[in-house]
Formats: sequence, C-alpha cells, structure tokens
Amino acid sequence: MTATASGAAGAPDTAARRLAGALHRHPRLRLTLLLTAPLLWLAVLYLGSLGVLFVSAFWTTDSFTSQVVKVWSTDNFHALLTTPVYRQVVLRSIGVALAVTALCAVLAFPVAFYTARVARPRWRPLLVGAVLMPLWASYLVKVYAWRLILSEGGPADWLLRPFGLAGPGYGLPATVLTLTYLWLPYMILPVHTALAQLPAGLLEASADLGARTWRTVRSVVLPTVLPSVAAGSVFTFSLSLGDYITVQIVGGRTQLIGNLVYANIDLDLPLAAALGTVPVVVIVLYLLAVRRTGALSSL
Amino acid sequence: MRLTRILPAVAAALLLTATACDNSGSGGGGSATGLNPPDLKAPAKLGRTEGQVNLVAWAGYVEDGSDDPKVDWVTDFEKRTGCQVHAKVAASSDEMVKLMKTGDYDAVSASGDASLRLIASGDAAPVNTKLVPNYRDVFPDLKMQPWNSVKGKAYGIPHGRGANLLMYNTRKVKPAPTSWSAVFDDAAKYKGHVTAYDSPIYIADAALYLKATRPELKIKDPYALDRKQFDAAVDLLKKQNANIGEYWSDYLKEVSAFKSGDSVVGTTWQVIANLAADEGAKVKAVLPKEGSTGWSDTWMVSAKAKHPNCAYKWLDWIVSPKVNAQVAEYFGEAPANAKACAETADKNFCTTYHAADKAYWKRIAFWNTPIEQCLDGRTDVTCVPYAQWVRAWTEIKG
Repeated sequence: MTATASGAAGAPDTAARRLAGALHRHPRLRLTLLLTAPLLWLAVLYLGSLGVLFVSAFWTTDSFTSQVVKVWSTDNFHALLTTPVYRQVVLRSIGVALAVTALCAVLAFPVAFYTARVARPRWRPLLVGAVLMPLWASYLVKVYAWRLILSEGGPADWLLRPFGLAGPGYGLPATVLTLTYLWLPYMILPVHTALAQLPAGLLEASADLGARTWRTVRSVVLPTVLPSVAAGSVFTFSLSLGDYITVQIVGGRTQLIGNLVYANIDLDLPLAAALGTVPVVVIVLYLLAVRRTGALSSL
Repeated sequence: MRLTRILPAVAAALLLTATACDNSGSGGGGSATGLNPPDLKAPAKLGRTEGQVNLVAWAGYVEDGSDDPKVDWVTDFEKRTGCQVHAKVAASSDEMVKLMKTGDYDAVSASGDASLRLIASGDAAPVNTKLVPNYRDVFPDLKMQPWNSVKGKAYGIPHGRGANLLMYNTRKVKPAPTSWSAVFDDAAKYKGHVTAYDSPIYIADAALYLKATRPELKIKDPYALDRKQFDAAVDLLKKQNANIGEYWSDYLKEVSAFKSGDSVVGTTWQVIANLAADEGAKVKAVLPKEGSTGWSDTWMVSAKAKHPNCAYKWLDWIVSPKVNAQVAEYFGEAPANAKACAETADKNFCTTYHAADKAYWKRIAFWNTPIEQCLDGRTDVTCVPYAQWVRAWTEIKG
C-alpha cells in the first residue's frame, strides 16, 4: 500500500520503495517490526520486573545496614505465612477489595440501567460523560475531599445527625467507602455497555412469555450483564487490592498489604518483595476465576 | 516537591587520603560503646573546591528559591564558593541511608536514627570540625553526642533540633495533661481520638514513658532496650492501638486532624502546634513531666565523597548564623548555632523553640539508632536492633 501511495505521488523515492517492497515480500519481517517493541515491553520490562520481584523475595537483609544480601532463603515466605499480623493484613486487604467490588456492582447496576435504557437517547452520552467526570480530577484531591467529608463534625456527620447517627469517622468503613467512590466509574462503564447492547426483543419476548419485571431482570437482564460485572470487577478488585494511599488518608489506624510493602521497601527489600507477591498471586487467582464466567472476552 | 537534579556520577571513588587529625579535644559526651566503625580519616586541611556538591536532605533544608522565591540560601552559597548544589530530598531516615550507600552523594542531613547506621557501615566519614569555623558557635550540648560522634571522634556538624511534644485540644482534653499517660494508660478516655507518630522509632516514646512509670524494668536509654524492656514497650503500644484514631507521619495531616477534632491528644512537633494554632485550632503543646523524645539532625560527609571540599564549605554555610536562622525558621526547629538567635525574623523565635534552654534539652532523649550492642553501655545483654523495631511496629498496628 505504501508502494502504491508513493508511486502515485509521482516522485518515486527509490529507498522508500525498495523498503516497502521488501516489507511486502517478507510478512515475517513485517510482523517482527510490528511486535518487537511491545513484546520487549511486555516480556522484559513488565514480566521481567515481576520476575525480579519474585526472585528478590528469596534474598535476605543485613539487619543493621539494611544491605540486601544475595543469599537464597525462604525465610521471608516463611515469615509471611506464619506471622499472624501478615495473614490478618492479607485477609483484611482481600476483604476490602471484595467489599468495594460488591458495593460497586450494587451501585453500578441501577445507574447503568438508567443511563443505558431509561434516559432519553440524546441524554445518554451526556450522562456517561457525567459518570466519567470524576476520573478527570486528581486522585489525591478526591481522597482528601473524602477526608474532609468524613471528618469529625464534617458533612457526613451533619447529614446523618437528624437521624441520630454519626459519620463512620476514619477507619475501615471510610476506606471501603472512598475506594468505592474512586472505582465506581470503572464498574458503571462495562455494565452500561452491556445493558445498551441488550436487544430490546429479549425483554419483549420475556414479557410475552408472561414474565413480570423482576422475573425478567433475574432471568434475562442479569445473566446477560453478569460477564460485564465480572469485567468491571477486575478493575475494582485489583485497584482496591493495590491501593495504599487512600487507607493512609482516611483509614485511621488501618493498614493494608500495600502499607506493609511501603513500610518495608527501604529497610527490608526482600520482605517487601515477598509481601508484594501476595497481591500478584491473589489477582492471578481472581483472573482465573473471572475467566470462567467468560467476562474477559467482553473487556 | 523539588525534583532530583543529581548529575550521574561517573568518576571512581575518591579516597580521602589526608593525614590523621586529632579532634577528640572538643570534649565530653557519650559515645556508642561496642560500636566499632571502620577506621576512616578526616581531612586535615581543605583543598580547592570542586565546583559542585551533591546533598541528601530533609525537605526544607536545602532551599534555592524554587519552592518559594523568598526562601533561598543556596544561591548565595553557590555564588560565594562556586559549588553548584544538587540536592535530593529524602522522605525518611531509611531512604537517606539507602541513598548514601550509593556513594553518589557528598553530604547528608541525617537524623539520629540514621547517623549511627551510616557511621557503622563506613558510609559516613569523621569530620574535622576545625575546618568548619562556624562549629565554634554551635551550642555545646549539641556537640559530641552519641548520635554524632563515636569514641570521641566527631562525625558531623549539628544542624538543629526539636522535641516530640504532647499536643492536646484545650476544649476537649480536661484537665490539661502533664504526663504521657494521657496517650498511654489514660488513653481510653479519648478512645478513637488519640494520635501517634507513624514510625518504628515511636517505640522509644513508649519506652521513655515506661522508664518513668515502671522503674522495675530499669530502662536507662529508650533506644537501648533488651528483649524484656522492648516487649513491655510493644505491649503498651498494642494497648494504645485500640484507642488510636489515626497515626500521623505527614505533618499537614496532623494539623487537619487537630483542626477538625478527629485527633484531640497525641505527639507533635512545635511547628505543627504553631501551624494548627494559627489555623484556629484550640491546641496547646507541652513537654510532659517524663520528658520526651526528639530529633537532632547532623550534616555528615560521605566516606566516598567526590566533592569533599565543597561539602565542608556547605557544612560551614548551613550552620553560619544567618543561614542557620533561616533554615530553622523555615522548617520550625531550634537552630544549632547560638548566634543564629540574633538573626531570626521573628525575634521570639529562639524562645518559642527553647533554642538556648539547656534544662529543656536535658529532658529530651534524641533519636538514636537501636543496635545490638546496648547504647547505654550494658554488656551483659544484647539489645533489640532497629530491624526488629520495624517488624514490631507492623505488628503493633495490626
């Protein structure tokens, strides 16, 4: 195609033509040129760094100078599995990620149903834009805004006071709430797409067969949308599992797996690496589970 | 935040081959017993400046006007000495230690919880204080201390100091606390609103409290804890954890927590108390009767410094009266140079920060690095080293 284009230009640049010709005749060369850079990125930089992370988890540290000593040992993984506090923090982190994912799914469904099927068609793009709007603001600004909302006597307290309640304050609930706010758009978007693509005929057929609203939702809408929820959950789950800044700002005294990695990174790199492999393993397991739902093909 | 502007270091390590120099005459002070640092020599005289110097520093210590055009003590230094300053801001003592190990830096503003590690590993060289004329005017009680000297050998020039005070909300905390028991034994009274410094070194604060309240533990130095003393401090902190609202490491976060009332009692720095009061929070900071922990920062020279002459020029510059006053006022700590008090913009500054108040500083246990050889001189037990303090801190937070 390049050859015809430059030929048509009427000023044959022989070098470019020869190159184009060579590329045309050698499909493998074409493929190599196309994929070398991304593959290098994926294999060397991305997977390579994960490999280095995993290997360095087997090293040890000089306890006084914090120098990494390249002596093979499984001490770090042993500590990881036997120290109660690590187990507790890992379970807490997974719990937070699951809670955030569940909350996002519950909140996203009605919102997406409205933006995809109820709202007037010409409003729909605007509504989707509104859903995505928070993503334009800085992560830190949003989290600090939540710190203010949840502070003692802040808007959350003020809003709940008429009901005789108080805001959750800083802590685990505040962390779940803030993370849900942060990642909700990533859940709404795939669900919105799935609902928008749901053929109207399916709903009509369901009604013709005598199903009422709830029956239709349960037997027609939910099964079609489920893979999209699973796809969205990949985002909400992995983003929550890796987050350590939100919990520092609104989490009170809570620590999650990311905080442990951060606390150890300067002083005990191998232990930090061992702790860092936990979310990787958890997310790989999660992806395998999600794959069974067929969701990865609708990402 | 300041960007790193470090030139890649290419030259091989330049050895300090100057002849030995006797600087043990500067007097008293304890030194870490049992600590045997590599035998490095300090230079006897300075040579020509090298045209640049690479520094590792706390935020606010090396300001060239790029953060705030009015805050600049680097430009004058560069003009006078011809040493171009490249500064790298480190966020923690641990990061400082790590950066100094690379050998790419000439000097560092190390706190006491980093300095001994640097000395022991041979990353910091002894300093010939005679080559730093302004050292003369440094407060005597800052010289030759356990965190900046080993066996009568000075390893740096004191920069400034501050105490970790007890801050409380004057409306909500009554009667006014005079003891650290407000955050330990009596913390339940303010459950969910107690705050503490988020660092393993905070274990020393608990040890300091136990030193006063449980004499049977025989704690002499909160940075030299044997297993039994250490476990008692960790237990105390685990109990405290139930009453903690949040831990703080970012000082702006603490200001906001005291302003809103999320935190009503806990450790603080003088600068945080001033900031919070300026912003309308009803707070007061006191030095409790048990005394407190604190920090005293030291400018140290790398053993592998490629620009030692410029580094010495910097050491002298940063403790010169005017600059020391500027940096102390900007950061919010007591200056090290006695003459700096005449140079501060706020004439009450040195009084507020107790710069010359010897009796005040006597009650401060300055940050030090816990090592296996007990810093208090005991030889019949081994002490718990810092690495285990770090693991214990994770466990305390749960």
